[in-house]
Amino acid sequence: MDKIFYFLSFLALLSAGMVVATKNPIHSVLYLLVTFTAITGHYILFNAQFLAAVNFIVYMGAIMVLFLFVIMFLNLNEKIEPMKSNLMKFVGVIAGCVLLALFVGTYKSALVMPVQPGVDTQIGLLKSLGLVLFRDFMLPFEVASVLLLAAMIGAVMLAKKDWN
Amino acid sequence: MESIINVIELDKYIMLSAALFCIGVTGVLIRRNAIILFMSIELMLNSVNLLLTAFSSYSGDPNGQVFVFFIMAVAAAEVAVGLAIIVVMYRNTSSIDIDLLDKLRN
Repeated sequence: MDKIFYFLSFLALLSAGMVVATKNPIHSVLYLLVTFTAITGHYILFNAQFLAAVNFIVYMGAIMVLFLFVIMFLNLNEKIEPMKSNLMKFVGVIAGCVLLALFVGTYKSALVMPVQPGVDTQIGLLKSLGLVLFRDFMLPFEVASVLLLAAMIGAVMLAKKDWN
Repeated sequence: MESIINVIELDKYIMLSAALFCIGVTGVLIRRNAIILFMSIELMLNSVNLLLTAFSSYSGDPNGQVFVFFIMAVAAAEVAVGLAIIVVMYRNTSSIDIDLLDKLRN
């Protein structure tokens, strides 16, 4: 079990690093897909079956296809890829490392949440999440549908060439 | 099957999510391609999702996983609008370099 955890974590970190490091945008999308696969694997390890399915369908299916579609639509490749200067890259990487050190340092000096013994491992199943979603989160669920409708109309409005 | 929360302690998930988030921040800082910037933001959102799920599983509270579901819905809306903006931007400047987007400054 812990071997699977370490493998998935290594895969996620490696491919996440490749997303920001590789020059070709299409390779970036494919590496991001690998990262999302690893995160979906983590959800399965948590027994969060609903989230694993939604992550698989929404992120790896819909959103990644949208990214890939736009990249191919705009005909981006590594020859026209705009890059920052090496100094800016160096400063950016240093800033990222400092942020990580800040997170780790803050966590080390914070109170650690004790793990409750015998927690319910069935909470990620569709039945339990559905009950919570449609009982306690009914209004946010409906508002989210309005948000998605607004986003859809907004995307069509923005991308359409002329309205006359 | 033994559950993961008895084998791996929560610290490791916090470290993993922090590292993924910092890789996303680094991506936003070092790239100029608007689509790669979007992908870095997706990476950050996913690291937060993973951490919320971890906290939710370790404390046995399903509310965290419902929040992850809402974050995914908002992320989908954000990507749809953001990519439409990128397409419009490409149509106007024939480039997706965000350093060209300083027209508001002058």
